[in-house]
Amino acid sequence: MAELGAQTESLDRGLDRAFDPAVLAGGSVGDFIALMKPRVMALVVFTALVGMLIAPAGQHPALAVIALICIAAGAGASGALNMWYDADIDALMQRTAARPIPRGRVMPDEALAFGVVLAVGSVFVLGVVVNWTAGALLALTIGFYIFVYTMWLKRRTPQNIVIGGAAGAFPPMVGWAAMTGSVSVESLVLFLMIFLWTPPHFWALALYRARDYERARVPMLPVVAGPDETRKQIVVYAALLVPLALAPAFLGFGGPFYVLSAIALGAIFLALSLNVYRVREGRAADRAARQLFAFSILYLFGLFAALLAERSLALWSA
Amino acid sequence: MDNGQQQEWQRRRRTRSIAIALALLALVVIFYVATIVWLGGNVATRRL
Repeated sequence: MAELGAQTESLDRGLDRAFDPAVLAGGSVGDFIALMKPRVMALVVFTALVGMLIAPAGQHPALAVIALICIAAGAGASGALNMWYDADIDALMQRTAARPIPRGRVMPDEALAFGVVLAVGSVFVLGVVVNWTAGALLALTIGFYIFVYTMWLKRRTPQNIVIGGAAGAFPPMVGWAAMTGSVSVESLVLFLMIFLWTPPHFWALALYRARDYERARVPMLPVVAGPDETRKQIVVYAALLVPLALAPAFLGFGGPFYVLSAIALGAIFLALSLNVYRVREGRAADRAARQLFAFSILYLFGLFAALLAERSLALWSA
Repeated sequence: MDNGQQQEWQRRRRTRSIAIALALLALVVIFYVATIVWLGGNVATRRL
């Protein structure tokens, strides 16, 4: 209770500071970059780039670069709008309390305006300059993240990140669409890989940050169904994801290097998931969840990097 | 707002203005490049 009081006080201080003329409209460029969640943006751009490179039809390189810039801006818009809407719960969670709005460095209205301008601008430019299939998919991605995940699901159901995870899975499809003007089975497989990866990734984080989510009343699975059920679900999703990650080989866009990478990385991912399931008490349980969370990022990056390396090599030698 | 705060506020505002100007410049470059790509060789090969 005392902790909640301290957090509320901290939020009040942040809001007071936000209305202080000394900081009014005084967010630095760095604060606005932080609003765009640059680390998430980097992963979005990377997965979109892979979607673009494995696509068969070629787009002019200059237009491909413009498409990537638009996708990055769209991801930034999603981050800014998410931080605008979630500022109240961000202030209550240790992991997010230092974000620009809870700290009072950026006014909520500024973040909203920034996010809307970026969202509309990125979709418009992608649609006009590249093609409207990609533009529409980018709009769907931003809309899904803000309206479906952030506003609707996040505070209502423990399935929030399962369904909401689709928003993070769209970028390779947007990349593919930017190159071909269409959607395909290949891009759908990349979508499914990220879609199935998201729950174990976030639930591993939620396991060792459960108190944060509880304090903010966000119904993450460990808070609602308990850590044991969460551990079971992590293993289930990992068991679905690891074989699915081999699908690119069967569809012809993943070669031997990709297959070896998917098997090796998948084996570690499964082993770490089982470790989370097995170790349930004390610091060791936290450590196991942290290990899985950290490795899950490396896992997804490794899979997409393997696809990228193979495709780049093929383009180089062609 | 004391003098130091005012200077800091002005500094931040200046850097933000520069960032907005750079973003607008990037937009101009994007549309310029896109136009050149769309036109391709069509300007040179058009009927006179």
